[in-house]
Amino acid sequence: MTTDTPLSNISPNNFEQCVKCTVCTVYCPVTAVNPLYPGPKQAGPDGERYRLKRGDFYNEALKYCLNCKRCEVSCPSGVRIGDIIQQARMKYSHGSAGLRDRMLAHTDLMGGIATRLSPTVNGILRLTPVKMAMDLTLGIDRHRTFPSYTPRKFTTWFRRHAAAHQERYTRRVTYFHGCYVNYNFPRLGKDFVKLFNACGIGVDLMPGEKCCGVARIANRLIKQATDAARTNLREIRTAVSRGNDVVATSSTCILTMRDEYPHLLGLDNADVRDNIMTATRYLYRLIESGQVRLVFKENGFPYHLAYHTPCHMAKLGWGVYSIELLKMIPGAMVTVLDNNCCGIAGTYGFKKENYKYSQAIGKTLFDSIARENPDFVVTDCETCKWQIEMSTPYRVVNPISILADAIDFEATRQANMQ
Amino acid sequence: MNFDTIIIGGGLTGLTAAIASAERGERTAIISAGQSALHFSSGTFELLGAVDGKPVTNPVEAMDRLPDTHPYRRIGRERMLSLLPLVQPLLSRAGIATTGNHYINRYRLTPLGKIKPAWLTLDDFATFDSPDRLPWRSVAIVNIADFQDFYPTFLARGLRDHGVECTISSTSIKELDNLRRSATEMRAANIARVLDYSAVCNLAGRIKSVGRGADAILMPAVLGLADDLMVSLLRRLVNKPLYFISTMPTSVPGVRAQMMLNRYFTNLGGTLMAGDTVTGARLDNGRVEAVFTNNHGPEPLTASRFIMATGSFFSHGLVATPSSVIEPVFGLDVDYPADRADWFSKNIGQAQPFMEFGVRTDDSWHPSIGGNTITNLQCVGSVTGGCNPIKQGCGAGVALLTALDVTTPRL
Ligand SMILES: Cc1cc2nc3c(=O)[nH]c(=O)nc-3n(C[C@H](O)[C@H](O)[C@H](O)COP(=O)(O)OP(=O)(O)OC[C@H]3O[C@@H](n4cnc5c(N)ncnc54)[C@H](O)[C@@H]3O)c2cc1C
Ligand code: SF4
Ligand code: SF4
Repeated sequence: MTTDTPLSNISPNNFEQCVKCTVCTVYCPVTAVNPLYPGPKQAGPDGERYRLKRGDFYNEALKYCLNCKRCEVSCPSGVRIGDIIQQARMKYSHGSAGLRDRMLAHTDLMGGIATRLSPTVNGILRLTPVKMAMDLTLGIDRHRTFPSYTPRKFTTWFRRHAAAHQERYTRRVTYFHGCYVNYNFPRLGKDFVKLFNACGIGVDLMPGEKCCGVARIANRLIKQATDAARTNLREIRTAVSRGNDVVATSSTCILTMRDEYPHLLGLDNADVRDNIMTATRYLYRLIESGQVRLVFKENGFPYHLAYHTPCHMAKLGWGVYSIELLKMIPGAMVTVLDNNCCGIAGTYGFKKENYKYSQAIGKTLFDSIARENPDFVVTDCETCKWQIEMSTPYRVVNPISILADAIDFEATRQANMQ
Repeated sequence: MNFDTIIIGGGLTGLTAAIASAERGERTAIISAGQSALHFSSGTFELLGAVDGKPVTNPVEAMDRLPDTHPYRRIGRERMLSLLPLVQPLLSRAGIATTGNHYINRYRLTPLGKIKPAWLTLDDFATFDSPDRLPWRSVAIVNIADFQDFYPTFLARGLRDHGVECTISSTSIKELDNLRRSATEMRAANIARVLDYSAVCNLAGRIKSVGRGADAILMPAVLGLADDLMVSLLRRLVNKPLYFISTMPTSVPGVRAQMMLNRYFTNLGGTLMAGDTVTGARLDNGRVEAVFTNNHGPEPLTASRFIMATGSFFSHGLVATPSSVIEPVFGLDVDYPADRADWFSKNIGQAQPFMEFGVRTDDSWHPSIGGNTITNLQCVGSVTGGCNPIKQGCGAGVALLTALDVTTPRL
């Protein structure tokens, strides 16, 4: 043969490239703890061959997949196993999402209501009888502690206390705060604004921001997820056309907008994908290129920080930016925990049928944290924070909050004045 | 992002080079797409098992009979002798304990009961001084009930051929009941993940009772995925010689070796970018200035030197098209015969020529593009070719020694 035959018979998810090496099964957090789950190789490329022949080969047990993408990170052949599984769930799964799944999936709607009623809601969600009732009627596991809702949304605080000063900065970034910062933990958003302002960077919000949609995708509310994604992409395009990058403090929001939009929802984002990134990547690049300087407090930050790489951060491959930023802090001792899943996977761990698997998956991580015995666990994912704080005595902090705490605010502000 | 050294590929070769660089205080990063050939390891690192089809007793002596193109010949005898003693201590600093030496091959058991030469073998695998005399009169082969990736009958047949009496049994513990419900997930790595402290204590009791009377116990390597704590625990509790036999892939001891090397490198302060693929590079004046990856997109990853350890065909370090063999990242010059008919032998048992294909490099492992040498890039490990790891039994040796050759200063 003398001419190259084009190798065009390969699907975008690469499923034909699987060489059946079983490496992916070693890294799937679910297979070892849940005998009902067929594992990434069977659920992914192997099962896909059958499903392509007949859709009724679909196995409902695919719902146990966390969509953590650890299988994809390990596959030597570049097979997008997690995507294959999620696509199959979207295409073949029967039955629609029930009330519980809808409630869990609508993190923004639920958050909007709960924020307004927060003292009551927080109290109620903590009451044992309510937890028992949710367990029995909704299937939300009673061992779960709901993250508490804040009485004042981040966006409200921003409008009242921050928006006006942002005009003075020429360098601007658009902050995708996400549901968690807005409804549960505005403190992180405030830390973000403080840190970025100190660095001479103004913060804009997207007026029409919607939930990134990860929970809707996981609960197969595809139309709702697609609508939200379209709105977000429109907002992102507006921000980018003004010269802004779009950053978030949650690695999952970023993975969803960069990769799940095109891969699972079929929305092309190639024109703006490079402009969507985690806050730590954005900041690291400015520091490395000398455009921004951090000045730390005189006595440094004398704590042992153990960085946990969230699954979606591992898939993005950007844990390195957070780790490198932490390593810049004088006095901080930074260790990197072995790469393991915490087990919660967003709304997955809240479901009664998943609770015990969720905790069993997390055990390796919890044990490794206990061995390190750090002052703080540091991570870029809010659901990892809930899970680790619920399952261990350690406090979990976003790297942005650590940096906001460790800098000398005034000196950093001075250093970055044009 | 800037480093002193960037290593492309995180298999045995890349990790060895990375550890050696990081130990010298260099700011080092590994970029690695997917997992490596270590996941198929037999538990033995091979140095040299055969030359011209004849088994090797003394690897250092036998190296002189290898063809000039073989990486060991290219490193040269004297340099080989200075690098070889560095290997076992390096593995041991990463927590990987091995038995063996480079002067005289030891021997190990394959899963099918054959006896093969071995260089460094993980401590929990049996090795022998001689290929014909085994140190046991009787062994008990103990499988985990319903575990399919292990072949006790073949193993026993091989051992009986060497005059060893064998009993075969299988055992289980309740902790494995869950896993047993799914035939496809009853795999070595999944078993290893279930066997925690209390499960191992139970298992030890079972093994002790079926192994009574035997000189040694052999069982499949289904223990200790992330470290060797459970391995040591079981061996201590059983309190008689207990050795592991490798299973069908994925190899638990191989994964463990990979994880321990990763962990050691990370603890040295090294940066491990796992699951990322180098897709291209910026070259200037015969030097690599930056590489680009899937995950980092337009962000250049820069370094003063680059080491390429992307493996062979399995790992996509080399890619065969119908008419050519290419190195996909830089488009480096590759050595292979022009006529496709010369790429392989139709007899599947014979040495396959394609196994020897590799990136063409100069005396110090610098590759070239269109004949022009790249001066700050070196290609090592199985991407370089020049040897047949299966026929010559030299896979890990080539990985470890070429990696050390480019990272160990000459005296
Ligand atoms: C199935 C099998 C079993 C083996 N068993 C043994 C054994 O028991 N004992 C023994 O001594 N030898 C064995 N060998 C030989 C083995 O090849 C060597 O021992 C050694 O592990 C090779 O290491 P390497 O690092 O050079 O390549 P690999 O282990 O192949 O690693 C290459 C790495 O580079 C990555 N990579 C490739 N392209 C890119 C890119 N563009 N960007 C980023 N990363 C990239 C790959 O994903 C992979 O992780 C075996 C080989 C195979 C294939
Ligand atoms: S790791 Fe990749 S190639 Fe191997 S079995 Fe899984 S999907 Fe297939
Ligand atoms: S995405 Fe995670 S849970 Fe799903 S198959 Fe892959 S490794 Fe397993």
